[in-house]
Amino acid sequence: MAAVKQTIEHVESLEKYQHGFVTDIAQDFAPKGLNADIVRFISAKKDEPEWMLAWRLDAFERWLAMDEPEWAKVHFPRIDYQDSYYYAAPSQKKGPASLDEVDPEILAVYEKLGIPLKEQAVLAGVEGAPRYAVDAVFDSVSVVTTFKKELAQVGVIFCSMSEAIREHPELVKKYLGSVVPVSDNYYACLNAAVFSDGSFVYVPPGVRCPMELSTYFRINAENSGQFERTLIIADKGSYVSYLEGCTAPMRDENQLHAAVVELVVMDDAEIKYSTVQNWYPGDPVTGKGGIYNFVTKRADCRGDRSKVSWTQVETGSAITWKYPSCILRGEGSVGEFYSIAITNGRQQADTGTKMIHLGANTRSRVISKGISAGKSSNTYRGLVSAHPKAKGARNFTQCDSLLIGKTCAAHTVPYIEARNGSCVFEHEATTTKLSEDQLFYAMQRGLSQEEAVQLLVNGFVKDVLQELPMEFAVEAQKLVAISLEGSVG
Amino acid sequence: MLHIENLRAEVDGKEILKGLSLDVPAGEVHAIMGPNGAGKSTLSYVLTGRSGYDVTGGTATLDGEDLLALDPSERAAKGVFLSFQYPLEIPGVPALTFIRTSMNAQRKARGEAEITAPAFLKLAREHAAALKIDFEMLKRALNVGFSGGEKKRMEIFQMAMLAPRFLILDETDSGLDIDALKIVSEGVNAMRSPDRGMLVITHYQRLLDYIKPDKVHVLAGGRIAATGGPDLALELEREGYDKYARAA
Repeated sequence: MAAVKQTIEHVESLEKYQHGFVTDIAQDFAPKGLNADIVRFISAKKDEPEWMLAWRLDAFERWLAMDEPEWAKVHFPRIDYQDSYYYAAPSQKKGPASLDEVDPEILAVYEKLGIPLKEQAVLAGVEGAPRYAVDAVFDSVSVVTTFKKELAQVGVIFCSMSEAIREHPELVKKYLGSVVPVSDNYYACLNAAVFSDGSFVYVPPGVRCPMELSTYFRINAENSGQFERTLIIADKGSYVSYLEGCTAPMRDENQLHAAVVELVVMDDAEIKYSTVQNWYPGDPVTGKGGIYNFVTKRADCRGDRSKVSWTQVETGSAITWKYPSCILRGEGSVGEFYSIAITNGRQQADTGTKMIHLGANTRSRVISKGISAGKSSNTYRGLVSAHPKAKGARNFTQCDSLLIGKTCAAHTVPYIEARNGSCVFEHEATTTKLSEDQLFYAMQRGLSQEEAVQLLVNGFVKDVLQELPMEFAVEAQKLVAISLEGSVG
Repeated sequence: MLHIENLRAEVDGKEILKGLSLDVPAGEVHAIMGPNGAGKSTLSYVLTGRSGYDVTGGTATLDGEDLLALDPSERAAKGVFLSFQYPLEIPGVPALTFIRTSMNAQRKARGEAEITAPAFLKLAREHAAALKIDFEMLKRALNVGFSGGEKKRMEIFQMAMLAPRFLILDETDSGLDIDALKIVSEGVNAMRSPDRGMLVITHYQRLLDYIKPDKVHVLAGGRIAATGGPDLALELEREGYDKYARAA
């Protein structure tokens, strides 16, 4: 009987969104709504210099004149931008100097999520255990960043964006908005006006960052949006691998997450950027609640032979609108995009990439695996373009969709533009249904139905999973399984 | 061993098995022959519990245990193995991973410990060599891009690895050239043992030259229409199924 009970509990825990808890923490809010004063409020809260406030106000002015994009294959009621909080932060006087000063409630949240914030705890672990530095962003602010000292020894700057604005203004001024211009698109422009926090990374020339860097985003407050801004600069010949993870409580109302991520890559440098996105997807039956994940991510391969690799595992959010892109400016620069997007219940995802070949002999590679189950809709939208100067540009795109059940949808919308005669673009696409035949075949060999689905889906996404850093690949594999739990009738 | 009594089953509301009875004692190999559409594959699917094949009457037991009450995976754990007429392709899952996952799922269901990696690999090397399967092929996604013959050989390899108690071979000879047929038959014959039963479903007598059955049954009109020794297969080869098809 104990085994049966355990199984029931296990299944129940799987069927629920596991990170849906809310934490009761004293918080500072900006007044509800959005106007120039709110922008000033946010800037003042963060002790920002005048130039930063001017930048924000300029963005806000431009945003007012813009319209929300409607071309994506997602449907949602109009967002009332005045009905949200644009700043929510755990009440604390100043940024904590050490972990001891962080609210224990917040530390408990991260512990519950399995995110190591105690360097000591990480160091005291098993020899050879993976170590990675974490920047923990709780609602609008970064609460703690680990391993800063150790990273500083090799010259790597890893801190919150607020801190970077104060401590490294020359770098921020030079690069902020240089990849995603202020008025690039509606959500990016909104972000520029009200962005709260995020991570800042600078890797100096020739340095190979000694550990994985990661940022863990958590939305906790009600009726609030999260607008984080991340900027990573890999100077000549450097290398950094960065991972972001995201979760949010289960709430009935929709919450907006409009982030901007900018990557700048110089000559011979490489950035590997991985995302495991597990925002609350909304109620699987009614579709109520969940995060609107409207994110702009772009890498500028400025240097020759520079390289960017985006890997994303998108399992959460009610709506995902996201196209991590590469501007391949430097000669011989390389862009890669590996994506797993899973939609279940009533989720909608419109995601893909843009590979913009500007320099000669630039190469790009796109592997996208979309899985739709339940009553969800999953769209791959991708652009591959080569400008007249991009002689010898090459792209390979493979875009596979897997359908589970009869009530989901998968769409593939590739755009290809070759403006010179010497580029070679390949595009392969498949759509398959997880077949009853395959399931029965695996079950006849001894697998339960859930195990059979897991095995088949893991096979489908394998090419992408193996691009993730080892320690996260296992997590992602589990997440894939949980997201599809109960998807086969 | 396998005891089937008055089994009735339908697919999409159409009755295919109409009161089929059959006994396969441990240690014996029985062949099921019959015309197309007689219900041969239906029998294999009903015994393994495929959804869409609804049992409307009768019983099927393995060593006294009711098979029909179990899920497909539970039947597999009890030792029922079906070699598919059309083996499925499993993209992205290496053959070895697929088999090891299956083996451990069965072991778990039986309350046994998982097989260790070295023990598994040793076993795989032995069986692969016996079936003349290149070990590198086992690292590729199961059946993806394999020829018809390779897929059938892979079925027998899985069977050898999982060492089931009761084997059902559904048209294992189809799509095999003569060399592959010999290798596959040797693999099957190597599994004959006093505590194992086998049901060999085939349309042609040819396979039975290699896998000698103890008994041959003619399945026609959803029932066993005749039972005899190996000679019956030769007679069917000469005279066809007309007689039985008409009688049904």
